[in-house]
Amino acid sequence: MTMSPHVILRVVSKVLIPFIVVFGFYVHFHGEYSPGGGFQAGVILASAVILYALIFGVDAARRAVPPAVVRVGFALGAMLYAGVGFATLLLGGDFLDYDVLHPDLSHHTGQHMGIILIEIGVLVTVTCVMIAIFYAFAGRTPEISEEDW
Amino acid sequence: MIQTVDLTQYFDYVFMAMLLSVGIAVVRLRSLFAAVMLTGVYSLLSAVWFVSLDAVDVAFTEAAVGAGISTVLLLGAMLLTSRECNPVPASRHWAALAVVVVAGALLFYALGDMPVYGDPNSPANAYVGMEYMTMTVDDIAIPNVVTAVLSSYRGFDTMGEVFVVFAAGLGVALLLGLGGAAGKRED
Amino acid sequence: MVELLADRFNYAVIIVLMMVGLYAVIASANLVKRLVGLTIFQTSVFLLYITIGKVFGGEPPILPGDVAHGYHAEDHFSHAVYSNPLPHVLILTAIVVGVATLAMGLALVVRIREAYGTIEDVEISDADYSSEVERGA
Repeated sequence: MTMSPHVILRVVSKVLIPFIVVFGFYVHFHGEYSPGGGFQAGVILASAVILYALIFGVDAARRAVPPAVVRVGFALGAMLYAGVGFATLLLGGDFLDYDVLHPDLSHHTGQHMGIILIEIGVLVTVTCVMIAIFYAFAGRTPEISEEDW
Repeated sequence: MIQTVDLTQYFDYVFMAMLLSVGIAVVRLRSLFAAVMLTGVYSLLSAVWFVSLDAVDVAFTEAAVGAGISTVLLLGAMLLTSRECNPVPASRHWAALAVVVVAGALLFYALGDMPVYGDPNSPANAYVGMEYMTMTVDDIAIPNVVTAVLSSYRGFDTMGEVFVVFAAGLGVALLLGLGGAAGKRED
Repeated sequence: MVELLADRFNYAVIIVLMMVGLYAVIASANLVKRLVGLTIFQTSVFLLYITIGKVFGGEPPILPGDVAHGYHAEDHFSHAVYSNPLPHVLILTAIVVGVATLAMGLALVVRIREAYGTIEDVEISDADYSSEVERGA
């Protein structure tokens, strides 16, 4: 796809994409204090990649975020989530009972650790699944001719 | 009757009218492109209504997922399939209308059993949901109660949801290929 | 009757929205249009759940920082009014699962298009029927 007619789109998105990624991480790590969390942050991070793919082409996006990484990522997130559950079982608590993760019960440190860990699992899975779904559809999308814009 | 009057109650009518007109327009349109874009508008409108209904987390998710990713996916699928849909034949129109009217009438019949809108003492709002507000202070000590319930009290549910998302991603990858070497081969 | 409806007008309108989506699911022969109808239906169900959890005069269920860490919590809860957080949690995850299932459905539609060359259900069943006739079944 020739990209010369879309100079403004390219320049604007080049500036915008880093901010979208930072906003995604802000939404993720601020999810305990304000609206947000792993699900929303995952979708925002994926949308940064999708925007990159729409403007610079899917092949460029595949070089930046290879499908192999995405494929491993979506299993890894789900395994991290379940792994926290099994860790609490092995530490003598119930499944996903985060209190056993840390001895400091008066400040609920175990709960906070557990929530952060499973939210990372959610973030990784949702980001990678959304990117994977987009790659799957974009891998088959016919090139849009210039007059269709 | 409801004693408290909430300012947001007056927004409700506006959102309902907009959602109804967008929804009916989507059903009537034959251009798939217009229908898909209006579905994004529908999601965005409901996200705004979620804010006025105090569900800020849900509004955030709906705006990002419903209006963003869903629209991109529908557009992608539309590009791969067709741009127009055939008109609905009359027999099919009336049959569908009959089913919808009967189903709607049954739901309206059950309307009286629903809790009164905005009532703090309704069965839905008086018991377990509200107890999470006070329990979170004692058990978890984080300000966002929705995150607390999502990841701690109902962590097992959320794990199920994550695995559903994982399974859907796996299913799409199996059906269409991840667009690496496997996807190229079929084109 | 009028008072019953006036107290529950939101559910009445949302039922109509759900039925609009259901009509599109049943009446559309086009599979993409049918999934669009399903999305509308689904979003309306989300609205139904969230309006149940709304409390008039309430605030979003996010606690002030000092209350969340246990300072003057009792005093705060004696006057603060919040909307019900439980439906929010259920719907938040349902939205993400909804887009995942939508993607799955669209992937199937794309494969159907590649196999049959059409996504109108009448034409698909015609193609199936004629191939059955050819096999002499």
